[in-house]
Amino acid sequence: MANDAVVDQGRRRFLTATTSVVGGAGVALAAIPFIRTWEPSAAARSAGAPVLADISKIEPGQKVTFSWRGLPVFVVNRSKEQLDSLPKVDAQLRDPNSDNAAQQPEYAKNEYRSIKPEWLVVTGLCTHLGCVPDYFPELKPEPFDPHWQGGFYCPCHKSRYDIAGRVYAGVPAPSNLAVPPYHFVDDTHIMIGVNPGEAS
Amino acid sequence: MGTATTRIQPKNRVLAWIEERLPVLSFMASHTTGYYAPKNFNLWYYFGSLALLVLVNQIVTGIFLTMHYKPSAAEVAPGISAAFASVEYIMRDVEWGWLVRYMHSTGASLFFVVVYLHMFRGLMYGSYKKPRELLWIIGMLIFLALMAEAFMGYVLPWGNMSFWGAKVIISLFGTIPWIGESLVIWIMGDYLPADATLNRFFALHVIALPLVLLLLVVLHLGALHEVGSNNPDGVEIKAKKNADGIPLDGIAFHPYYTVKDIFGTGFFLLIAAFIIFYAPTFGGWFLEHDNFVPANNLATPEHIKPVWYFTPFYAILRMVPSFFGSAIWGVIAMFGSIALLFLMPWIDKGQVKSIRYRGFGYKVALGLFAVSFILLGAVGAGVTAEMIPAWFGAEADATFIENVFGRFWTLVYFGFFVFLWVYTRGFEKTKPVPDRVTTHD
Amino acid sequence: MTESMTSRPNRFAVLFVGILFFACLSTGALASGGAGLQAAGVRMDDQASLQRGARLFFNYCSGCHSLRFMRYQRIAEDLGLDPKEVEQSFIFTGSKIGEPVVSHLSFEDGTKWFGKAPPDLSLEARSKGPDWIYSYLKSFYVDPSRPLGWNNTVFPNASMPNALWELQGIQAPVTAPAEHGHEAAIERLELRSQGSQTPEQFDQTARDITAFLQYVGEPAALKRESIGVWVLLYLALFTFLAYLLKHEYWKDVH
Repeated sequence: MANDAVVDQGRRRFLTATTSVVGGAGVALAAIPFIRTWEPSAAARSAGAPVLADISKIEPGQKVTFSWRGLPVFVVNRSKEQLDSLPKVDAQLRDPNSDNAAQQPEYAKNEYRSIKPEWLVVTGLCTHLGCVPDYFPELKPEPFDPHWQGGFYCPCHKSRYDIAGRVYAGVPAPSNLAVPPYHFVDDTHIMIGVNPGEAS
Repeated sequence: MGTATTRIQPKNRVLAWIEERLPVLSFMASHTTGYYAPKNFNLWYYFGSLALLVLVNQIVTGIFLTMHYKPSAAEVAPGISAAFASVEYIMRDVEWGWLVRYMHSTGASLFFVVVYLHMFRGLMYGSYKKPRELLWIIGMLIFLALMAEAFMGYVLPWGNMSFWGAKVIISLFGTIPWIGESLVIWIMGDYLPADATLNRFFALHVIALPLVLLLLVVLHLGALHEVGSNNPDGVEIKAKKNADGIPLDGIAFHPYYTVKDIFGTGFFLLIAAFIIFYAPTFGGWFLEHDNFVPANNLATPEHIKPVWYFTPFYAILRMVPSFFGSAIWGVIAMFGSIALLFLMPWIDKGQVKSIRYRGFGYKVALGLFAVSFILLGAVGAGVTAEMIPAWFGAEADATFIENVFGRFWTLVYFGFFVFLWVYTRGFEKTKPVPDRVTTHD
Repeated sequence: MTESMTSRPNRFAVLFVGILFFACLSTGALASGGAGLQAAGVRMDDQASLQRGARLFFNYCSGCHSLRFMRYQRIAEDLGLDPKEVEQSFIFTGSKIGEPVVSHLSFEDGTKWFGKAPPDLSLEARSKGPDWIYSYLKSFYVDPSRPLGWNNTVFPNASMPNALWELQGIQAPVTAPAEHGHEAAIERLELRSQGSQTPEQFDQTARDITAFLQYVGEPAALKRESIGVWVLLYLALFTFLAYLLKHEYWKDVH
């Protein structure tokens, strides 16, 4: 059998190591297509394609919900009264200046959290545990807030947001409602899912 | 020496703790570095490990296909079932789905190439003879399970050949007297192959039969390791051992055969990759043209035929005519052609295992058997039917000529077993078998 | 099989396998072409042909025929077409570019008007083969006995009219003299009135459409072979290393 004096152990180690490394690389490379089969398919990407929202019929003070990638997207035509209320509640908010960059694109980091002041576009999912908050547009006392200035109230665990989607301090939700990518195609149409200047 | 005499004592404390309670390392050692195989394995001995490789491929690619496939015959578009559409979804919309699909379909055909060559090796070298009869029987059971698994897998895309192939094969059970018709309806779960049939075939194909196959493979390897492997000379290496109890003609499976099988794997994968990337339908033999048409219970494909690996048995089925108003004789002949293989250890009473030392008659008989298998395959695939007009003219009675040809080779196929029964009971002149193996590869 | 045959790779085995391999490939080739069909000669690497074929398909075929397994977006990406062009000149049904190609002609209307609804053509090239499609497109002829006035030598009594007649012109059959008891057999087709294309141009038109349908049958084919080169190179390297490793260890065995 094996006569150790004649066996080149060094060569064996080298060949074993080389073959193992090359083989291991092959297994890793072969794994890539399998892992990638989990990526969204063309069907999922098509269903998740940007949504063209017609905003021409939305009255001032009215909210319409659009569906994009399975998410409810609130589009609100904010009235002057609602816009004027925004500075008044700054002191009660957790993140009044939208410092948390994860919650909105650069172009929505302003006092209105939107491209055009009148038009609010936010994802309608409470940042606590994901319920869909209710829209309370009127500036009148509510059971959950005697000085309510309009906004969103989540019935699940009582989180509150103002009419720019900014979260109140002292509620379970940690951050402002997210602003999805969007831009104005023209004055009556918003494309949800695409930032301004981006190819879709 | 049987199994499990190697005892590993790990120095690492965690490993030692595990080893004391479940001797995994000792088990692995006794079946690799502690298992001695004959040193003279040749080309024919690659196919066992290759079969295991293909099995792993089928399972892994099969799991990933199941993540996207929909086992439903419900229509998602006129004439197109959810199942059929989901296969095209995999081919086009799922990232790299086409590759997973082709690996699975190519693997299925290569599985049979490997298994047929593996079985032929067993016939050549007498690997079914004592003490390996049970090993052979377990192998034949694997073959049966594999055929069922492949048949059901082929139905899943719910193409037109899936449907009609299922209809024809299931209807064979209708030839059984008394219970035949009820049995067919029970198998289908409907009055024709339908959603119910597809759903149950999916369950059987994805989990039930793979579990059976895995169990049988474990038993197959266990039976092999208990008695030790045969070899091309048919010499029992355990008959001559050294002072340490190691067969003189044996070498440790690891590293010698692990290293050899890795090389064999590389070569095999080269062939597989060539097919997958350059000829995935293999000219219509691995993925049939008729199955790219959705299932249509009102329109039969021009030539119903099974996938290539079933064609020899399909030919035997067709070549045996109906008698006394029943088509069951063809069915019996078809199952008989496989049943006889189960019985090889008892049909072949020859004392010499390997073809190298057997009588000339045996060599001729085995050669004719192999030829009959291939030519019957050509008949079953409709190849002979296509070639007859070219060779005999358009006016020739193609059915008659095909029947003559097919029945002749069916008789040769069965004749192999009849011949062996007689020949090995006093007529075979063998050569002297050496007591040591003659060479290594 | 003797002892001497076994010290090298078993020649019988190799020969056996080799014969089988080539027999399979050749009979496969027989099966796909076949009697009476003209060779399509499509080139999958000819992107210009695929692009022309796509435009021809959407102009002349998509009114009736769907490609339910093909998305517009994929066609644009794979064939190097501008997505805007695809949106404007390929989509007549209000679909979005990520959606599949579905004809406006409903199954019910198609059945009512043609007798048999125009089938989806996504997999036509995989089931019938490119030669069949090419020959079919070229083999329409006038036949007053048919409801729509057209027949086809490749697919007798097809329900489809000749959608490309303006390009091809109109063909009529030339029949062999009728034998006793048999119908007059069609010997060949002859162009009776010119279309806007010459016969060579129309051949290319038919070839382009066929090429496009072959692409639609298997979009992955465009990159499958180029990926295969790398896989084979890797496997050749690995197998070579594995051989060296095997050979080194087997020096021990005598």
